[in-house]
Amino acid sequence: MASLEQLLSSVQGLHDTPEHLETARTQLKQAEEMLAKSGADKLNVALSHLDPSRYSLAWLFLLDAQQGVTQPDKADAFINRCTAFLKACHQDQIRIAVEKFNSVCFKLKDCVLVLNQPARGVLPLRTAIKKLQPTSEHLTPQHADFLLLVVLSKIYNAGLPVLAEEIFEVDAKKTGIAPRDFLLYCYYGGMVYIGMKRFKKALELLGHAISAPAQVLNAITLEAYKKFVVVHLLVDGQLPTFQKYTPTIVQKLLKSNSQPYIDLGNAYATRSVGDLKKCIQTNENVYKTDTNLGLVKQLIPSLYKRNIQRLTQTYLTLSLKDIAEAVELEGPKEAELHVLRMIEEGEIFAEINQKDGMVSFREDPEEYNSVEMVNQLDAEMQGMIKLAKKVAAIDEQVSTDKAYLGKINLKERHSRFGEEDYEIGSQRMFVEPTY
Amino acid sequence: MASGQPDANGSRPSTSDDGGPHFDLETYTSNYMGHTKIIRLRFIAEKCSDSAMELEALRMALDEIKKGDNTQVYIETIERVRGRLGRAYQHDREWVNTKEKQAAQRQERLELELNGYKTNLIKESIRMGYNDLGDFFYARGDLQAAFKSYVRTRDYCTTSKHIINMCLNVILVSIELGHFVNVTNYVQKAEQTPDNTDPVIQGKLKCAAGLAHLENKKYKLAARKFVDVNFELGTQYKKVIAPQDVALYGALCALASFDRADLKSKVIDNISFRNFLELVPDIRELINDFYASRYASCLGYLQKLKPDLLLDVHLFDHVDTLYEQIRHKALIQYTTPFISVDLNRMAASFKTNVAGLEKELAALIMENQIQARIDSHNKILYARHADQRNTSFQKALQVGADYQRDTKALLLRANLMQHDFVVKPKKGQ
Repeated sequence: MASLEQLLSSVQGLHDTPEHLETARTQLKQAEEMLAKSGADKLNVALSHLDPSRYSLAWLFLLDAQQGVTQPDKADAFINRCTAFLKACHQDQIRIAVEKFNSVCFKLKDCVLVLNQPARGVLPLRTAIKKLQPTSEHLTPQHADFLLLVVLSKIYNAGLPVLAEEIFEVDAKKTGIAPRDFLLYCYYGGMVYIGMKRFKKALELLGHAISAPAQVLNAITLEAYKKFVVVHLLVDGQLPTFQKYTPTIVQKLLKSNSQPYIDLGNAYATRSVGDLKKCIQTNENVYKTDTNLGLVKQLIPSLYKRNIQRLTQTYLTLSLKDIAEAVELEGPKEAELHVLRMIEEGEIFAEINQKDGMVSFREDPEEYNSVEMVNQLDAEMQGMIKLAKKVAAIDEQVSTDKAYLGKINLKERHSRFGEEDYEIGSQRMFVEPTY
Repeated sequence: MASGQPDANGSRPSTSDDGGPHFDLETYTSNYMGHTKIIRLRFIAEKCSDSAMELEALRMALDEIKKGDNTQVYIETIERVRGRLGRAYQHDREWVNTKEKQAAQRQERLELELNGYKTNLIKESIRMGYNDLGDFFYARGDLQAAFKSYVRTRDYCTTSKHIINMCLNVILVSIELGHFVNVTNYVQKAEQTPDNTDPVIQGKLKCAAGLAHLENKKYKLAARKFVDVNFELGTQYKKVIAPQDVALYGALCALASFDRADLKSKVIDNISFRNFLELVPDIRELINDFYASRYASCLGYLQKLKPDLLLDVHLFDHVDTLYEQIRHKALIQYTTPFISVDLNRMAASFKTNVAGLEKELAALIMENQIQARIDSHNKILYARHADQRNTSFQKALQVGADYQRDTKALLLRANLMQHDFVVKPKKGQ
């Protein structure tokens, strides 16, 4: 078996044409065992002689070959090395060794977790996502880890640009992704949006995790559902229903495993803050163990708000005392505070007359005739057109898909079976679609 | 309560001045015959709080039962009396035994006859045989068996008259059984039969259908049926319903469910139904008050009628719902023509206080039944006109967002399927 030096000189002798890269990969793959046996020091020395942008493939194998990097004393150095590598590495080279790349990124995540410095991994993993993604619509295994680190370091803002690029492609061949990575992406992504209080977006992501095709219930899905229920209450005030394509088994198991959350929804639906508080108190430990207590507690102010909002639909003027009574607040003072805060946040349109303790509610002043509104409408329509084009493109792609056509023809043949023009039908079936 | 109104007392028993239910049972029961008379009396005995009246009702029920053959009901009723009616209403074992013996003989004879007809295959005789058997079971109170016998006559009906007869029998039994699905079915069957032109039979069918709708809480449909009943029916459906009841049920359901135009055209201007209303002047006044927006008087009548209605076997568990709906209707109707309404005056017309009225109105506004908003400071209700333009914008944006979200979710899902991204059980499990 060749030594490390021989291997490196051989790899360095190759150019970065596809054929040469393939040779390099084979050589590196064969040397895997030898690399694993070489000590970390030896590998580090070798790495310092290699240019990560030119010999990304070799770097990748050498990085992954290092043993025990997650021990606290070695982690720091490994993180630095990975960060530098991810910044410099060459896309084409890492994409032919997806497995190695994912393994290195995974170790990087473990290292920052060991050191309890999640923020250090955020930027490198974001770079990793960009390098591995064939297009911005592809999901990579790094998405989930990246979002996890974002959540742990609480710098939710950093997660938004990545989440803003919507995902439509999960391609295991190109990115080595597994169903679990998809679920985690949805779950952590949902948490990022919850952190940013962008609840509608959070619902979308969590919803993907729930309706994902499945034969068994995954723990991630269950946790996602628990959050989904609470967030749905915050947004809509009632319990969610399942998308009709949600697997039946998942629906059944989710319902039976999340009773405290269903209770929460029923308590919320009564519109009585007292009932809600009681329900939260009874199940407090459950919510705490699920680390959802903070989120659940947001339901109380949200119910106050919702009740006050209902009043604005009914009354033109109402005294603070009556408001306090109607929404179960302690007194006019507290009611005033709530109303004031809602006015400030643009959730209701009202004026408080402190002299006689009256609140006058106004209609929404939005007239849909401002320039901003036109721009918003325009943006919405552009988005819609883009989406329609995408659907058309996919439709076209499907209608020329060999497997699909084969299936359709088969069906046709079955329906024509026994008819006189059976011959014609079967002939047509063997006509290959021309590309 | 409505003291200024003429106190019209019709043939329908009315409440006395002290407000408690004080039925004139004689008058009331004279409107009915057969089973329904017994059922209604027993029902009143069960529901009323006054023990004198309970005993009176039971006594009359027993008198009626003794005219028939239903020993089961007799024993049950006697048990309820618990000897409180003196010697004349002790358990008459001799009568029971005689009746049972007679019944057994009769049943045997009828079944024998029927078997004879069956072997001879004479259609008409078989039909008559089943019919007699049905009548027998009905008289004995075995409703299930009666139902079965009547239904069996169906295969041997030769004329449409037979079919209608069969339907009426089945309907009668089904009402007593409380199987209102069957009532609806057989009413339909009868109505589809050709030569169904007799106004009395049509009236009977409409009453039965109305009762079925009433039980199913479909008050609008029930009202439609009752107001359509031809007055020629008169007292000919005493076995089920008195003409006063047609007026009562029809009017209450109509008030609760019809809009103003329908109330005018289908109830007030309906000559046939007006005849029914004449039998119950209180109800007639009530409807006219409602239509003329004299709500205080109208609600006064309703309040006065309530104790009586609670003793009605068909109406009692609908009274509260109907009353609530009528009150809501009145509130809505009161507010419709105005741009602004003074709550003080409105409260006066509804004999309630402003705070209570405000709560009722708020509930209706939240249910979107009244398009208005309350100025609680000045106690004025302002009508609110939805801004169509703003609503369309809001809706368009909402629909657009939903469409984008759903489409994206579907595209993603399609891709998941394409790559067979299914959460599967771990290997080895």
